[in-house]
Amino acid sequence: MSERLIGILIDSFPKILIPGLLYTIPLTAISFAIALVIAVLVALVQFMNIKGLRHLARFYIWVIRGTPLLVQLYVVFYGLGQLGLLLPPFLAGIIALSVNEGAYCAETVRAALESVPKGQLEAGECVGMSYLQTMRRIILPQAMRTAFPPLSNSLISMLKDTSLVANITVAEMFMAAQRIVARTYEPLAIYIEVGVIYLLFSTALTFLQRKGEKALSTYEFR
Amino acid sequence: MKVLEVQHVKKHFDGPDILKDVSLSVDSGDVIAILGPSGSGKTTFLRCINFLERADAGTMWFDGRDYDLSHMNRRDIAAIRMRTGFVFQNYNLFRNKTALQNVTEGLVTARHMGKEQAEGIALEQLRRVDMLDRKDHFPSQLSGGQQQRVAIARAMATDPEIIYFDEPTSALDPELIGEVLGVMKDLASQGMTMVVVTHEMSFARNVSNRAILMEDGVIVEEAPTADFFNAPKMDRTKAFLSMLSSYAQ
Repeated sequence: MSERLIGILIDSFPKILIPGLLYTIPLTAISFAIALVIAVLVALVQFMNIKGLRHLARFYIWVIRGTPLLVQLYVVFYGLGQLGLLLPPFLAGIIALSVNEGAYCAETVRAALESVPKGQLEAGECVGMSYLQTMRRIILPQAMRTAFPPLSNSLISMLKDTSLVANITVAEMFMAAQRIVARTYEPLAIYIEVGVIYLLFSTALTFLQRKGEKALSTYEFR
Repeated sequence: MKVLEVQHVKKHFDGPDILKDVSLSVDSGDVIAILGPSGSGKTTFLRCINFLERADAGTMWFDGRDYDLSHMNRRDIAAIRMRTGFVFQNYNLFRNKTALQNVTEGLVTARHMGKEQAEGIALEQLRRVDMLDRKDHFPSQLSGGQQQRVAIARAMATDPEIIYFDEPTSALDPELIGEVLGVMKDLASQGMTMVVVTHEMSFARNVSNRAILMEDGVIVEEAPTADFFNAPKMDRTKAFLSMLSSYAQ
């Protein structure tokens, strides 16, 4: 490897890492937190069979899972902009990412809710708890325990999907890399470098997942 | 003194009637054993009178009020459940709660009792079922017999008028049955009102004061326990008892 290339790689490392810390990580964390709230609500209205809302939930999942995230990003940013609702790109990114991820996570949470044995609900009602109390105190915590590994999977997947928001002018890691490539004409080295930084981030998340699963295993179910 | 009376309970699922016309009257301090072959409707009957299944027809008198079992509203169901306990065949302990939390949950969440008071009651009940030393274990860390004893403590903690037991030992390994029956026997001797669906003939014979044979959704015979076992009136009861005793030999 030439000395020039090594110099470029070292020089560009912080220029990619800093947008990662400033944009990629917050985009991932905020969007995923919102996605989780959406997922739990959308899963619950289906699980609890709330009329009207249940159909709305299915419609939401059908539309979001059936269309590309990139298209959704464009609709939220450029599409709504045409209607005069010009959102800041970072906010548009958060909206599209969380609405998109919420649909996938809702299915994960719904499956986890359905995996909780029926007897748990019956036991709650037999000690005098209401349906909602039993859902909140017994069923949902167990479901979230079950959903933890697949949700971690979704989080890691989402971290990488944030690279798509470069398309709506958010100066996150991937856009930073593109700019460096445009300046240095070293696409191979720079794109591998940004890939390595994504790998570092997702490795950290995998580590956190393992820690989390260990902490939750105290009440492992049989 | 009468605690509970249910009359003319009927229930069907998709196929034929599971309960054809079942009535039961329970006095305070009664220990009623409901026996019968599997599929006779005894578990469904128990579930209907605690509203885990909705009966097609039937009436209930409980706590000074009359209810129509086919038209129960949520508030009445909740009020009745506040005063009854239910012990399941497969325990159904809350899997995300420790033994102690399993017992306090209904007190704190449903009855808005303070945590300290609830724990006081829970510890007392866990002591009664000899589970005090395992109070911080999760259900997955307990044997079936231990889980069922915690489940009994959970039912007792709410100070119910009556406890329903749905085949409480049927899911247990043979060597664990004794510890659960022992706890139930203690409760009975302390005057707890109990309705027990069971296959344990020795428990029915030695602990209950009335025994019932159910088959095909009807009560075949109901009698004081001594009469039921020593001088059954119905041929079907005689056949049922002799079949069981031939197994025992």
